[in-house]
Amino acid sequence: MDVLEKTDSIQAEMLRHFEEKIERGDAIEPRDKMPDAYRKHLIRQMSQHAHSEVIGMQPEGNWITRAPSLRAKQILLAKIQDEGGHGLYLYSAAETLGVSREELISQLHSGKAKYSNIFNYPALTWADIGAIGWLVDGAAIVNQVSLQRTSYGPYSRAMVRICKEESFHQRQGYEIMAKMMQGTKDQQEMAQDAMNRWWWPSLMMFGPHDSESPHTGDAVKWKIKRHSNDELRQKFIDKTVQQAEVIGLTIPDADLKWNEAKGHYDHGPIDWNEFYRVISGNGPCNRQRMEHHKRVHAEGAWVREAAEAYRLRKEKELLHL
Amino acid sequence: MTTEQALYKYCLRLGDNALIQSYRLSEWCSNAPLLEEDLALTNFALDMIGRAQLLLSYAGVVEGMGKTDDDLAYRRGERQFTNTLISELPNGDFAFTIARLFFTSVYEYYFFTELQNSADTTLKAVAAKTLKEVKYHKAHATDWMLRLGGGTEESNTRVQAAVNALWMYTGEQFETDKADAMLQDINIAVDMPPVKDKWNVYVQEVLLDAGISVPVADYMQTGGRNGVHTEYLGHILSEMQYLQRAYPDATW
Repeated sequence: MDVLEKTDSIQAEMLRHFEEKIERGDAIEPRDKMPDAYRKHLIRQMSQHAHSEVIGMQPEGNWITRAPSLRAKQILLAKIQDEGGHGLYLYSAAETLGVSREELISQLHSGKAKYSNIFNYPALTWADIGAIGWLVDGAAIVNQVSLQRTSYGPYSRAMVRICKEESFHQRQGYEIMAKMMQGTKDQQEMAQDAMNRWWWPSLMMFGPHDSESPHTGDAVKWKIKRHSNDELRQKFIDKTVQQAEVIGLTIPDADLKWNEAKGHYDHGPIDWNEFYRVISGNGPCNRQRMEHHKRVHAEGAWVREAAEAYRLRKEKELLHL
Repeated sequence: MTTEQALYKYCLRLGDNALIQSYRLSEWCSNAPLLEEDLALTNFALDMIGRAQLLLSYAGVVEGMGKTDDDLAYRRGERQFTNTLISELPNGDFAFTIARLFFTSVYEYYFFTELQNSADTTLKAVAAKTLKEVKYHKAHATDWMLRLGGGTEESNTRVQAAVNALWMYTGEQFETDKADAMLQDINIAVDMPPVKDKWNVYVQEVLLDAGISVPVADYMQTGGRNGVHTEYLGHILSEMQYLQRAYPDATW
């Protein structure tokens, strides 16, 4: 056996060992050997998830100073803080794969890394804060609950923590919508308008139909992804339709109806042209979100440099004591 | 002025400080130089909203007109707000926000330490709760004053500029008037000169450690406590009160 053959056989042995572990349902931990493609897939997915939490702070943050009561302001601020915290856990979890937060941020800025498309839509009225909590976080939870059993240990543990907080977020959003639907005519119109604008983009959050989804193959085999896009989307629709009915909101889909045979709701066609248009950079807020993140990051550089210079100086002083 | 009127004024001033400071800190959401700091500053904002709720609710009770904390926060005009001017100044850069937090949290630390001895049981309880939070605000601001002062040339220049610009707004924190004197006579209000002395000692010590010179200018701006504000407050209120004013019949 020459050297190349030997390396190949070690590689094959490693892959077999890894796939057996996955098969048994064991978690993969940072020090475990893993195929490069697995590592890459995770970095891509986890950083996208972390960036989404952070970019998602912008549309909601846009309403903090205008929240209509002290209680509403407190709840919204606490929620956005949770999102920032989720971003932090996820960056840290991604760092266990050998990539730094600074690198991940520069990938976001170069456009190599993405964030959830949903945050390229604007939060126009206070009802949008309700719709984001209820629909957007509601859709995110369906996905995240499924990810609690993902095969990479640090990611799965981060998801367990995150899910606990997300369900509070969804209730917060639903409460805003419910209150507005019990309120004045203006408030009811505002709530329905937000519903109309956020419903379809929320369905798009689950990604393309299974037949069109480019990343599904290995991710399913390696148990990173435990349910398909369409399965998760259906789950979200089924639970949300009833919630809308209870508070008197209409789902903006004329084709939506209960399918007795399937035990699910059927829905109308999703406008995938819109999805691809927004994802490729032409959504209402893509530029605004990225420019904001870049500007804040650049404006904060002197603070991070000062903190680092101070830390180094203190370390030096300690050494010379 | 009755005792109730004086107490109403006292609570309102403290509540307004918390409300307006929280407004400014909350503006840092998704704007801070690092994610950890975004969380810290908005966390302080949350503490202050909680404090504003307690103090404004109590002010409403003392006034006896059936007003809630929200009524007082969202339905008063510029001239009825009684927060200090330092609370309402725009955030500026990170150094300006930190220097302001430093000056106000050090004041609040010594103030609420004393207010724990108030003869008014509500204020006493608010003080005990607030003190736990303010200790963190003060520690955090102090750490950053040292980092910025002793970090790079740029950070030192920026924090020095912030200290110089803010200095003339620090004196108002220690002002007292008839209402304070009335309440102090019955052991409800804090005796301010010792608070000011402790503030001076702590502030000078930290500035010295941080390599920041203590400004010599002694003219102090005043007015906020009596409803004469900077032009900035009106903009805060027009944003903060927008929904309550645009839909006066709605509840949210």
